[in-house]
Amino acid sequence: MASKRKVQEVNAGSMADIAFLLLIFFLVATTMNVDTGLQRVLPPIAENPDTEVDIKQRNIMLVFVNRFNQINAGGEVIDITQLKDKAKDFILNVYDDENLPEKEMQEIEGYGQYPVSQGVISLQNDRGTSYDTYIQVQNELTRAVNEIRDEVSMAKWGKKFLDLPEDQRQIITKAVPSKISEAEPRNIEGGR
Amino acid sequence: MAVMKKKGGKEIGAISTSSLPDIIFMILFFFMIATTMREQDLLVRFQLPDATEVQKLEKKQLVSYIQIGEPSTAALRAQFGTAPRIQLNDSYKTTQDILEFIASERDKLSEADRAAMTVSIKADRTTLMGVITDVKQELRRANALKISYAANKGL
Repeated sequence: MASKRKVQEVNAGSMADIAFLLLIFFLVATTMNVDTGLQRVLPPIAENPDTEVDIKQRNIMLVFVNRFNQINAGGEVIDITQLKDKAKDFILNVYDDENLPEKEMQEIEGYGQYPVSQGVISLQNDRGTSYDTYIQVQNELTRAVNEIRDEVSMAKWGKKFLDLPEDQRQIITKAVPSKISEAEPRNIEGGR
Repeated sequence: MAVMKKKGGKEIGAISTSSLPDIIFMILFFFMIATTMREQDLLVRFQLPDATEVQKLEKKQLVSYIQIGEPSTAALRAQFGTAPRIQLNDSYKTTQDILEFIASERDKLSEADRAAMTVSIKADRTTLMGVITDVKQELRRANALKISYAANKGL
């Protein structure tokens, strides 16, 4: 026995209560969910609406969703399940079809020569289209672009697009740009 | 071998609770890291659409939210009807208020972050595109061009 009077310890019995209080505060004041979404960049508002940008007919694919949620892509009515492949065919233009978009050989730093597709997908909707269908269509178009990016990066680096480091990802993005244009709204068939 | 020396004379020792604070702190830290502060009360109710190609919204402080859906409680529905409403901050607003809302949100950000500002549109899946289109047009007018259509990862 060294000494009878020990240094008094701080009573830690209430520590658990304090920690519980903090825990309950955080449980109430915070949310768990991570926000996810389809990211898009809107076109800036046209200063002069009369001047339209000229795009060659072959370089544009019109995707129109009417108020009955039917999809018309490139002049024919198709099902949502066909949309991705149609968009892919349009962007890639594997056989250099004259009715499908041009490709322009571009020197991309870090990749070399790549025929960048000039195709633009123009997405139009009616005011009566349901948001769910619109998002499905946006999703299919994004999927088409993502699949092409995956294929290109697989061929070049043997990895999927999302597994690439940031700088290589930018190179692929340059080679396969996501050209989905959300056109000026129009009111064709009424609706709200 | 543990052998009781006396029966009944000694009580069974209480379970030590000295590590309880540590355990609770561990749970606390988990929640502090895994969650984010609740921003506002929801006055509208929405079920987000599903999509497969969703991306995570990074940097929450750069994100402003526009919620669209029908009023969330029965009392609110009795007052405002069931037509989809737009919620900005903590109240119902109309499309005309978006311009002002974006301006005030932009003011909160530092000069360098303003270009990266993203607007997340959280709309119910049954909403018609008319409302969304109006919102999009206002956003273009407000020059808030980076948007994200909120959707759950699924399908």
